[in-house]
Amino acid sequence: MCPLCGERDRREFYYYGAEDFLNRPAADAEPGAWDNYLHLRDNPAGVTKDLWYHEMGCAQWLVVTRNTVTHEIIATELVAERAK
Amino acid sequence: MPELIAKSALQGRAPLTLGGVTLAEVPVGPITSIAVFPGGAKALAKGLKGLGLTFPAPNRFAEKKGARIVWTGRDQAFLIGAPAPALQGAALTDQSDGWAVLSVAGLGAVDALMRLVPMDLRLLAFPVGQSVRAPLNHMNAVLLRTEEYAFELMVFRSMARTAWHEIGVAIEALAARAALKP
Repeated sequence: MCPLCGERDRREFYYYGAEDFLNRPAADAEPGAWDNYLHLRDNPAGVTKDLWYHEMGCAQWLVVTRNTVTHEIIATELVAERAK
Repeated sequence: MPELIAKSALQGRAPLTLGGVTLAEVPVGPITSIAVFPGGAKALAKGLKGLGLTFPAPNRFAEKKGARIVWTGRDQAFLIGAPAPALQGAALTDQSDGWAVLSVAGLGAVDALMRLVPMDLRLLAFPVGQSVRAPLNHMNAVLLRTEEYAFELMVFRSMARTAWHEIGVAIEALAARAALKP
């Protein structure tokens, strides 16, 4: 499940929230954008992306693509790789 | 300045052997964290060449002439057993006194550790030369398989006695169960 450590136990990971937290608006963005960033979330029945922290392993933040209906984990990637 | 005596985390504790599994503290010498700067990999590789080592791939460790290099995270490794030379391209921090190193060895070592670490540690899934950062119960630990039936385990120094206790209980339970078998 972790791109670095491989398949690991669920208990090693910590859930943070939606992937939206990665898309921080600019400091001078209008209040609507900040409201959206801080409070408004989709609640899809299907594929969603969230942030997880591999707390008991390599201590990396991950973007996990998963399906809320089937509980399938579709993909995981490092936030650090994405920033490059 | 008086000469001070450096003590390891579990100084003076005798190894525990039960049911063919031995738990002991390992004196490893200096431990240095090597955290690679962005773009520093090339310069670092040059520096490590002097030790005969290369930066390890994720979940691997390597040894050469008493020096060991262990992958401990993204762009991070620990150099153990040898004083770190002046390496370029990475931030070096001395961590020698921050860790306690235990060895768990014997035929039943796998079974004892698998009671505490939520991973498949059998030889096929976890071969010699592999190292992982994994939880030992609720402790963060670095686990290395040094031989087919021998593991080394690094925990934070403050957790040394807890780790010893946890592993001791697992070994005791397995030995007690083995003794019941006709």
